[in-house]
Amino acid sequence: MTQKPTRSIFTADLVRPALRQSFTKLYPGLLIRNPVMFTTAVVALLASVLLLATIARQGDVLFEIQIAFWLWLTVLFGNFAEALAEGRGKAQAEALRSTKAELRGKRLKGSGHQDVAASELRKGDVVLVEMGDLIPADGEVIEGVASVNEAAITGESAPVIREAGGDRSAVTAGTRVISDWAKVRVTVEPGAGFLDRMIALVEGANRAKTPNEIALTVLLTGLTLIFLVAVGTLPAFVAYTGGSIAVPVLVALFVALIPTTISALLSAIGIAGMDRLIRFNVLAKSGRAVEAAGDIDTLLLDKTGTITLGDRQASQFLTLSGIQEGELVEAAWLSSLGDETPEGRSIVALAGRNEDAPENTEVVGFTAQTRVSGLNIGERKVRKGAVDAVLNLREFDPAAVREMKAITDRIARVGGTPLAVTDGTRLLGAIYLKDIVKSGIKERFAELRQMGIRTVMITGDNPLTAAAIAAEAGVDDFLAEATPEDKLRLIRKEQAAGKLVAMCGDGTNDAPALAQSDVGVAMNTGTQAAREAGNMVDLDNNPTKLIEVVGIGKQLLMTRGALTTFSISNDVAKYFAILPAIFVALYPGLDALNVMGLSTPESAILSALIFNAIIIPLLVPLALRGVTYRPQTAARQLIRNLSIYGLGGLIAPFVGIKLIDFAVSGLGLA
Amino acid sequence: MDHLFVILFIVGGTALLSVPLGSYMKWAMDPAPNQADRWTRLFQTISGASEDQDWKRYLVTLLVFNIIMFTLTFAILALQQWLPLNPDARPALDPTLVFNTAASFTTNTNLQHYSGEVSMSYLSQLAGLMWLQFVSAATGIAALTALARGIAGRSGLANFMVDVQRASFLVLLPVAAIVSLLMVLAGMPMTLQGSAMATTLEGATQTIARGPVAAFLAIKQLGTNGGGFFGPNATHPLENPSFWTNALAMIAILLIPMACVWMFGRIVRRIRHAALIFAVMTVFILAKITGSVFFESAPTPAFVELPVSDETGNLEGKELRLGATTGPLWAVLTTATSNGSVGAMHDSLNPLTGLMPLAGMWLNATFGGVGVGMINMFIYIVLAVFVAGMMVGRTPEYLGHKIEAKEVRFAILALFAHAVLILGGTALFAATPLGQATVQDFGAHGFSEILYEFSSAAANNGSGFEGLGDGSGPWNIATGIAMLLGRYLPIILPFAIVGSLVAKRRAAETAGTLGVEDATFGTMLGLTVLIFGALTFLPAAALGPIAEHFSIP
Amino acid sequence: MLDLISGLRVAAATMIICVVGYTALVLGFAQAITPATANGSLIANERGEIVGSQLIAQAFTSPEYFWPRPSAVDFDASGAGGSNLSPANPALTERAVKLIAAHTGATEERPIPADLVTASGAGLDPHISLEGALFQAPRIAAARGVEISAIAAFIRRLAYAPGAFFTEGRIVNVLELNLALDAELAASEASN
Repeated sequence: MTQKPTRSIFTADLVRPALRQSFTKLYPGLLIRNPVMFTTAVVALLASVLLLATIARQGDVLFEIQIAFWLWLTVLFGNFAEALAEGRGKAQAEALRSTKAELRGKRLKGSGHQDVAASELRKGDVVLVEMGDLIPADGEVIEGVASVNEAAITGESAPVIREAGGDRSAVTAGTRVISDWAKVRVTVEPGAGFLDRMIALVEGANRAKTPNEIALTVLLTGLTLIFLVAVGTLPAFVAYTGGSIAVPVLVALFVALIPTTISALLSAIGIAGMDRLIRFNVLAKSGRAVEAAGDIDTLLLDKTGTITLGDRQASQFLTLSGIQEGELVEAAWLSSLGDETPEGRSIVALAGRNEDAPENTEVVGFTAQTRVSGLNIGERKVRKGAVDAVLNLREFDPAAVREMKAITDRIARVGGTPLAVTDGTRLLGAIYLKDIVKSGIKERFAELRQMGIRTVMITGDNPLTAAAIAAEAGVDDFLAEATPEDKLRLIRKEQAAGKLVAMCGDGTNDAPALAQSDVGVAMNTGTQAAREAGNMVDLDNNPTKLIEVVGIGKQLLMTRGALTTFSISNDVAKYFAILPAIFVALYPGLDALNVMGLSTPESAILSALIFNAIIIPLLVPLALRGVTYRPQTAARQLIRNLSIYGLGGLIAPFVGIKLIDFAVSGLGLA
Repeated sequence: MDHLFVILFIVGGTALLSVPLGSYMKWAMDPAPNQADRWTRLFQTISGASEDQDWKRYLVTLLVFNIIMFTLTFAILALQQWLPLNPDARPALDPTLVFNTAASFTTNTNLQHYSGEVSMSYLSQLAGLMWLQFVSAATGIAALTALARGIAGRSGLANFMVDVQRASFLVLLPVAAIVSLLMVLAGMPMTLQGSAMATTLEGATQTIARGPVAAFLAIKQLGTNGGGFFGPNATHPLENPSFWTNALAMIAILLIPMACVWMFGRIVRRIRHAALIFAVMTVFILAKITGSVFFESAPTPAFVELPVSDETGNLEGKELRLGATTGPLWAVLTTATSNGSVGAMHDSLNPLTGLMPLAGMWLNATFGGVGVGMINMFIYIVLAVFVAGMMVGRTPEYLGHKIEAKEVRFAILALFAHAVLILGGTALFAATPLGQATVQDFGAHGFSEILYEFSSAAANNGSGFEGLGDGSGPWNIATGIAMLLGRYLPIILPFAIVGSLVAKRRAAETAGTLGVEDATFGTMLGLTVLIFGALTFLPAAALGPIAEHFSIP
Repeated sequence: MLDLISGLRVAAATMIICVVGYTALVLGFAQAITPATANGSLIANERGEIVGSQLIAQAFTSPEYFWPRPSAVDFDASGAGGSNLSPANPALTERAVKLIAAHTGATEERPIPADLVTASGAGLDPHISLEGALFQAPRIAAARGVEISAIAAFIRRLAYAPGAFFTEGRIVNVLELNLALDAELAASEASN
């Protein structure tokens, strides 16, 4: 992954506000969003009240004080984890917010314009932006061309061109115009812009729970209820024998058993997952989209720029029979002299002629209508272009045309693109333009295949070319001569088969497909329509990142699953610590269950409770960084996580509680 | 050595038999469009019902039929003194006992707060109780069939009234007929004559109760009903005359619950998945058998100080003709399957042996009751898939169905209900004279008696630590309610889960999908059953059997 | 309402077929093929009087008979049941002490077989273990005035393994044993 270096988690500027918020987050209205931690807080309150009663009675308080202390600490640790996760986004949000506060715009009215605060701009208003201005609101360039620095959003300082019409018309509030001017029609209401969304995202404020998070909360709440029954019935069971259990002890058992560990870390895991995406320069519009990314079965990848390098390279000249190679090379060279595209330059380079251009020439540029380009040297017309376009220029010798078509097919079959070259009335031959498949991409696709993800290459090339490139790049399938409608159809077909589809796109004509796909990553350079339609925006405009986005989605869910497993497995050891401690007075024989050999019943109960509390901050780094993720099959993934977090969750607390017991009894705390 | 042979013979033999029976049950319960047409038409004619039901309609019909079952049996039991087939003139029953017994047999529990040969007329036994042993088991099989159809992705679950007849007539009836004829050949009584009078060699008079035992017994075992014809159930020599009837009975106990797993696999078309579930269940059952046989080979603790041979293990409450292994083996099988018939007195089992049947009822899914055992396992599967699914980095999916908040909520609610019924009931009776006054042995063992009774009722098992004086009104009412809730909640909730699954877009399975056919998932499922199912009950176990074990010197 | 009607129809059908039809089938089969066991494996003496069931234990207290295992219901075959005592219950110890005293002759070196001091599940177990029978042989030999070895040989002839090779120990049916013992002695008296 090309992830930016991980910031250290426990830095002072993050920890200090997080510590403060650990307390402000005790507000019940906030706490209740997490039922398990809310329950823990209620129980801690109960323990505190009982402690006061004991103090009033002047009873022995040492044990009860510690119980209450660790219960509160459990809640605070949970709050701390959440605050710390949020804190990482907060700083970024502050910067964005100050940018937003100073935005002003020149609203066009009649012939003049008036200077207004950005918050007064409504959808449909037109503003003028000039060199040095910050763009006040998201919108579309309707007139003019401007070069814009989007570093405020992307962190990338290279300026980009924004112009009216086409796929490069969208501008974002907070970015700076560094040259020229443009008129921009505002496309969003105040508060609903990209900047606002980004602030909300990085801050994690009012984060809506994702479906999986809700389901997990249900599970954890359900488990809490079950343990409430298991622990709540104990006094009655013990009353049968004529004994009793002190409430603080019951409370300690209850909190030790309920899944506090995962509950405390749950929202931190979610926030950290979003944060990972943001630091990866991808903005997800919702947590739901991140989860969906982990579920992707089919990836639609554009060929150009994703699978192959953006530019094709000329790699060979193929002459028709009866034509000297030198003739073809010269014509190809001449026709490309005026062609400043990378392809044109690669032809010149391949021709290898270190001589100056002839005099008295006129460049004929490429247009979408003719699809040919070339050079006029006096009356001599040298042209190159797409084969069918060149053949349409005039009537050529039928034999030459036939041969040309054969060459074309041959090139297409190996994944190349042929350009036909003519000199006047003669058809000379073809230039073989080769698509360069990115290095390492084949291995990436193999990994994806292992993870059960199918890759489909989308290309405008003809099927023969597409097939050859697909084979070279190792994608599972391809869609050749793809129109936006084809794309949409493919997505629907995959979805009908029960698959989740991800794609990226930038043009307005990609918008329907982006909207239809389960994960649609819009390029930040893309049109407003595309950015609206997708549920993620890639600020770096790098379509390859789709693969990493899938990984981040998976890692988020895996972290949740792993910590849930760990948390629940811990209960076994906690039972073995606390049950004998509670019951040994009734049935001395039950000391046999004290397999850890904990020193005293009080120490056993405290040690379990302490372990239960301090495991939370110990796992914060894991929750924030996510569990190690490797592209591999689900089966191997499960074995790995089950043995680390399941088995580890069984064993770790036995060791941890024993060690804490040493400390607690050694210090004479119980 | 004989232990191993017997266990292999019973468990292994039944496992082998269950495979073809599972295929047959798929044919009978869920025939392909052109299969068994005549039967389907016949059953539609009998019931006058043929509509394709969605899960709600199916459930309503199921409940209506179960209400009919309850009402009819209630009436027969309440009026038995006036009805025919009462050669020994059994008198009227206590109303709370009538309620408890009707609830008990309707819910496939067969908890018996009476002694059959003492209290029941032959009509009550046959038309009331044996009828319910057929139709309550058929209800379970029908429910599983419908559930499996839903999981297979069909939104129409067919018709309950047809399914319940398929289960009664095509599955239970033929198998019961075969088993009962074999039982007759092996020497089991089958008569409508009243008690026999004998003058013993020493001149005393002995009244020997008998009756139509063979017919009753076959369906009692096959349908995981478990209600004995006689009070002491299958320890009674006339209900279990020999080692061979005993072996056959144990096979019958295990057979249909095992076959249900295969039937499920065939309906959802994932036989390897079914095989994995089967394997997980088998591991649990073998672990419990090993434990119970081991603990029961220790001699009776009451005799430590006495010159009593300690070579034969604990024989209190056991029958010599059945062999040394079969007491604890039966105890495990009957509780693993929610059967509840007994081949030895569970109250007199050594403490940790007694923990094994308790654990069986707490989990209630290691084969479990006919139909419902696999349904209970489905709950654990949902939870295992949910946690494991996250661990492979995807929204959890089970056979292409996404497991989300709704499914998790219903699944955890089912486990919660099970815990509340058992622990809540036990707490109420343990802390008050309601239970304290009825235990036979005070101390940890008495607590186990109460715990066992509620576990048995909630798990729809029916066996008991029979030293408990459970014939009182409060016991009849409390366990009656526990049985009803313990029966219908675990049917309603999984149906709701499937109803929600069916409504969703089905996901394709890829290499990135959690596999539900490999050993890793098996491990995960096993751990889920253990942790979600058993951990809740560990404190209770510690105060019951475990405390008793450790307080024996 | 429709459900109720069709439910009642199904109830009627299942009642007729699964209760009446099924019971009649099994009953007819049993009474035709195995009438003796189908009616309770009753044993009649030469006068045709029922002396008991082969499957049901009956009380024996006189010294010349083999005694069965203790019964928690005093051999009441119309209301069977076990002791249901927990295995550590002092009542079990008390009962065992009494039985050990009654059987006489149990020592640490020659412990009494456990089956003779434990009640069976139904209280009607018709069998005792081979060891349990052999343990009683001296008393019977003394009461009947025959050699212990003769009694022992007699027991061994009637002992069998209940589950063939699936079971280790051997057992004997007490009523059969006592009937055979009476018959054998009567025969030997007659021959004298």
